[in-house]
Amino acid sequence: MKIVVLMKQVPDTYGERRLDTQTGRVDRGSSEAIVDEISERALEVALRYKDSHKGTHVTVLTMGPASANAALRKGLSMGADAAIHVLDDALVGADMGQTAAVLAAALPRNEYDLVIAGNESTDGRGGAVPAMLAEHLNLPHLSFLDSVELSVGEVSGERVSEYGSLDVRAPLPAVVSITERAAEARFPNFKGIMTAKRKPLSVVSLAELGLGPAEALAGARSVVLCASARPARAAGTKIVDEGNAGEQLAEFLAANRLI
Amino acid sequence: MPGFELGEEYRDLVEMVRDFADQVVAPVAARHDAEHSFPYDVVRQMGELGLFGLPFPEEWGGQGGDFFALALALEQLGRVDQSVAITLEAAVCLGAMPLYRFGSQEQKERWLPQLVSGQALAGFGLTEPGAGTDAGATRTTARLEDGQWVINGTKEFITNSGTDITELVTVTAVTGTATAADGSTRKEISTFLVPAGTPGFRAERAYDKVGWRASDTHPLTLAGVRVPEGNLLGERGRGYANFLATLDEGRIAIAALATGAAQGCVDEAVRYAKTRTAFGAAIGTYQGIQFRIARMQVRAHTARLAYYAAAERMLAGRPFKTEAAMAKLVAGEAAMDNARDATQVFGGYGFINETAVARHYRDSKILEIGEGTTEVQLMLIARGLGL
Ligand SMILES: Cc1cc2nc3c(=O)[nH]c(=O)nc-3n(C[C@H](O)[C@H](O)[C@H](O)COP(=O)(O)OP(=O)(O)OC[C@H]3O[C@@H](n4cnc5c(N)ncnc54)[C@H](O)[C@@H]3O)c2cc1C
Repeated sequence: MKIVVLMKQVPDTYGERRLDTQTGRVDRGSSEAIVDEISERALEVALRYKDSHKGTHVTVLTMGPASANAALRKGLSMGADAAIHVLDDALVGADMGQTAAVLAAALPRNEYDLVIAGNESTDGRGGAVPAMLAEHLNLPHLSFLDSVELSVGEVSGERVSEYGSLDVRAPLPAVVSITERAAEARFPNFKGIMTAKRKPLSVVSLAELGLGPAEALAGARSVVLCASARPARAAGTKIVDEGNAGEQLAEFLAANRLI
Repeated sequence: MPGFELGEEYRDLVEMVRDFADQVVAPVAARHDAEHSFPYDVVRQMGELGLFGLPFPEEWGGQGGDFFALALALEQLGRVDQSVAITLEAAVCLGAMPLYRFGSQEQKERWLPQLVSGQALAGFGLTEPGAGTDAGATRTTARLEDGQWVINGTKEFITNSGTDITELVTVTAVTGTATAADGSTRKEISTFLVPAGTPGFRAERAYDKVGWRASDTHPLTLAGVRVPEGNLLGERGRGYANFLATLDEGRIAIAALATGAAQGCVDEAVRYAKTRTAFGAAIGTYQGIQFRIARMQVRAHTARLAYYAAAERMLAGRPFKTEAAMAKLVAGEAAMDNARDATQVFGGYGFINETAVARHYRDSKILEIGEGTTEVQLMLIARGLGL
């Protein structure tokens, strides 16, 4: 089984995150860059299968700035076998459509049975890249899986929605995205960190993927028109109980369409 | 080129242990401290992460790292829970390392793999009721009888000696009298491997300690304990020299742990100073608080440089006794001073046991006492100056 896991480096959700209001992009300098937790969970799903199935090969794939190398190294330390880093200045500010197109081009040709991704990243929160990727690859897509079962030729899992849960399956090859319920990621150990150095990590540019920068950028379909910082929090409404607090509360909730 | 910029593997290791410390160790630290309970579950996970095997080669099941890697891990653990950090420090530096350094092939094969994997712990029993700083005053004896060593005596304050997973305690004992070249005589001290469960060997009731309360510490009784002749660790009469070498390394490890504690106090103080308000502003906006925390940061930084420098000399195979003593002294004091200052920044909340700074306040004092008191470090440094 050959599995590719999409990994993304994001600003740490723990610290303060800022939008660069000039460019409308996340200000990556303002907080520490970490591996998006959901990517680690996606990798964990792959590694668990690998733990019990010798001969499984796991590749981690990212598109991102030079610093995203750290995310791949962490993936390799955790147990992935190989890593691919799509790195190109022309990709700064890429939208979801471009990202999906580039990732599709970067997948090792016909050399994977399954692509696993997180359902959405903690920075952009678009949640559409896995589906777009599946579309590019013309493969079945199971999204928002709370659990993933892998068997020869098939992937299945549980997809929980507001209204109930669905058991879904798809023939391989396929693209799946997982929720944070799917797996708790392991910590890498020191031996893993040391051996990560010796594992193949290839850095590829757009040209090497056969994509011209113009071609890639022509795909930019979402444009940030304007960006503004989150307004400072205004003082809340205080209700003083003069015998009719319940009524006032209900009115407030109704007026704000909260009930 | 001067400089202490960490290489990539060390940085990744720090990040891994930091995440583990924050996500797994910190959330249960206050509970184990309050209950005086040994964190078996945390220790098991540390074993799985390979922390107990950091400085040992892969042939023994180790991680193939070095002593500095261990020190970096101890700093990260010491930041959030000194009890957990000292459990690792004692298990590796005092438990497994002497066996790895001085043990025979047979002894290593029998015990080292479990210790290196963290599935079992070993303690090191040097201190006695009448022999602490003056370790030469050891009164525990061992005499050879019918191919067995018979050991009698008591040990005091022995870390990791009484857990459910303790397999071994290495003890020092007097095996005779040695005559020096000048004709003077002194005690011949040797070291022995005493498996847990050996008849006559007992870990007595655990102490009610001020700090390090989730770490396992017991007095030991050795009453007619018989171990095979092959349980002598290293050469007969080399016990004293061997444990002195063990302690030199251990001081770098303790310095790293103490640096972590000092840094943990800084981190807590900064966080609190930004959120706690008094007189209409965050207390961190007042210079009185700022300067206090700035000094704390200086101490943590200085302590780190000191242990990095000592570790660098050690790994380069150069003499490092004085550097290790200076690092232990500076870092131990940094931890204690920072704990006191962090508690001050926290005000009354800093005096409540469940806060991390209160725990550091109680935990840090022993860093100026264990594995050589501050006075001992000063003696070593003075000796290095030819005094
Ligand atoms: C929690 C904990 C864990 C421990 N773990 C272990 C362990 O695993 N294994 C082990 O063997 N030991 C262990 N110890 C023991 C520890 O190493 C000793 O407590 C320490 O070495 C000091 O010895 P002492 O308590 O006998 O003090 P003493 O040696 O009696 O010293 C008392 C005071 O006198 C000072 N002093 C002594 N001699 C001089 C001198 N010549 N000049 C100036 N001042 C001097 C000392 O610095 C100290 O301030 C542990 C102790 C504790 C509390």
